[in-house]
Amino acid sequence: MKNNKLQNDRTDGWIYSKVVEDHFFNPRNVLLDDDRESEFDAVGVIGSPACGDVMKVWLKIKNDKITDFKWKTFGCASAIASTSILSEMAIGKTLDQANALSAKDIIDALGGLPPKKIHCSIMGDRALRLAIEDYRGKK
Amino acid sequence: MIYLDHASTTPVDPQVLKAMLPYFSNAFANPSSLYRDALKTRAAIEGAREKIAKFFGCNSNEVIFTSGGTESDNMAIFGVAKNHRKGHIITSQFEHPAVLNACRELESMGFRVTYLKPTRDGFIRSQDVISALTRNTILVSIMYANNEIGTIQPISEIGKAIKTFNKNNGTAVVFHSDACQATGYLDMNVTKLNVDLLTINGSKIYGPKGAGALFIKAGIKLKPIIFGGGQERSLRSGTENTPAIIGLAKAVDLIDRKSVKKETELRDFMIDELLKIEKSELNGSRNNRLPNNVNISFDGAEGESAVLYLDREGIACSTGSACSSKSLEPSHVLLSIGQTKERAHCSLRFTLGRKNTKMEIQKAVSKIESVIKNIRQMSAIYEK
Repeated sequence: MKNNKLQNDRTDGWIYSKVVEDHFFNPRNVLLDDDRESEFDAVGVIGSPACGDVMKVWLKIKNDKITDFKWKTFGCASAIASTSILSEMAIGKTLDQANALSAKDIIDALGGLPPKKIHCSIMGDRALRLAIEDYRGKK
Repeated sequence: MIYLDHASTTPVDPQVLKAMLPYFSNAFANPSSLYRDALKTRAAIEGAREKIAKFFGCNSNEVIFTSGGTESDNMAIFGVAKNHRKGHIITSQFEHPAVLNACRELESMGFRVTYLKPTRDGFIRSQDVISALTRNTILVSIMYANNEIGTIQPISEIGKAIKTFNKNNGTAVVFHSDACQATGYLDMNVTKLNVDLLTINGSKIYGPKGAGALFIKAGIKLKPIIFGGGQERSLRSGTENTPAIIGLAKAVDLIDRKSVKKETELRDFMIDELLKIEKSELNGSRNNRLPNNVNISFDGAEGESAVLYLDREGIACSTGSACSSKSLEPSHVLLSIGQTKERAHCSLRFTLGRKNTKMEIQKAVSKIESVIKNIRQMSAIYEK
């Protein structure tokens, strides 16, 4: 799988970085069954099941700041890891700061992604922006 | 590690390895040379050819050694096509890429190709092949058993229909079948199968990788695709890979139909258990299915994630999800039988082997249950 190769920190041949592995196997801020969706102030969804990736993010916002970020993702390891790390990056940021988060920021935080998987990270930041849009639209 | 990916490749049987070893550094002579050591290697290769001929129920001079299934498929398809400047080829939408991409290449060279659509169950109907035959048809290539969903195609019936067509129309349509997945499990008698060309390889039958063979029925003319010193009746030039050839023949020798019953039982147990997981669906017919193939879609649980989580639990399997392929499209096999893209992304293939035990399968089932549950918990599209 030449096109999946990535210069990363691995010596065991895994195509994903250790940060991706960690977030994939230990995802942060997943929306759990006992989280009530109604308690969140905004929601953003992107992707389609047919394409193999769907990301959904829920935000709690207080004084223009993201106080909580929960998510659910249907997709591969990089899609799951992208949303997980994005949740950590976004919590505590103002809406403008969060809105400015780019795919590159996510990829850098993950320690890189294989070229073929770049689209997964692009989706994360778009899901977040859609949620922010949703919040601003409601106001 | 519980290895459930035997359709990808099998481990080399210790007896196969043992048979191969002398041919690396001791009996290494080039079988085309004239001295006695070379004659011994030649004799060993011809002995291997006889074993494979016996397995096919054909003559030794109808067996050509190749570097594997992909080369055998290419030799068959281009070998027939090169006899013609143009013409019509019939194959199916769910062939192995070795056949599919060879046909696409011929299409770009001016040949016309019909890609038959399988039924929802995963079968090519012989009447669909017959309907597609024309006076310009030069070749039909249909796999014996599908590598992803294990469905067994009516090769004998298709072959018979082609023979009848040829007789009635004075045509000479050649029938090729890729039997790489079927070799270890199904009847490989070429007369019963009514095939002109048949592909097998070593790496799916506990033989070495880089070893394959093509049955070429006497009277069927192929043009070579590899040129050189004229080995293998000038059809496949290149110094014979003696250890691989010996290993392939030994692997064929060791094929044990007794393991068919055991694997079938384990397969049925595994399918029954996995279908107890809610929102799961078996891909491909339950009947007329290879004894070792389980392919199930679990709604909402994307395949690559599932494979990696299962790997962490010590289970090796594969998926039809796009994320594991070189393209962004999910399995062409699952799409061809009318499965949705979503469920193709959510498919897992478990293929059993000789050494798998009931205990392993029980353990695998419970790991799969928990991994699917875990991934669905994170999934944006799974609804209970």
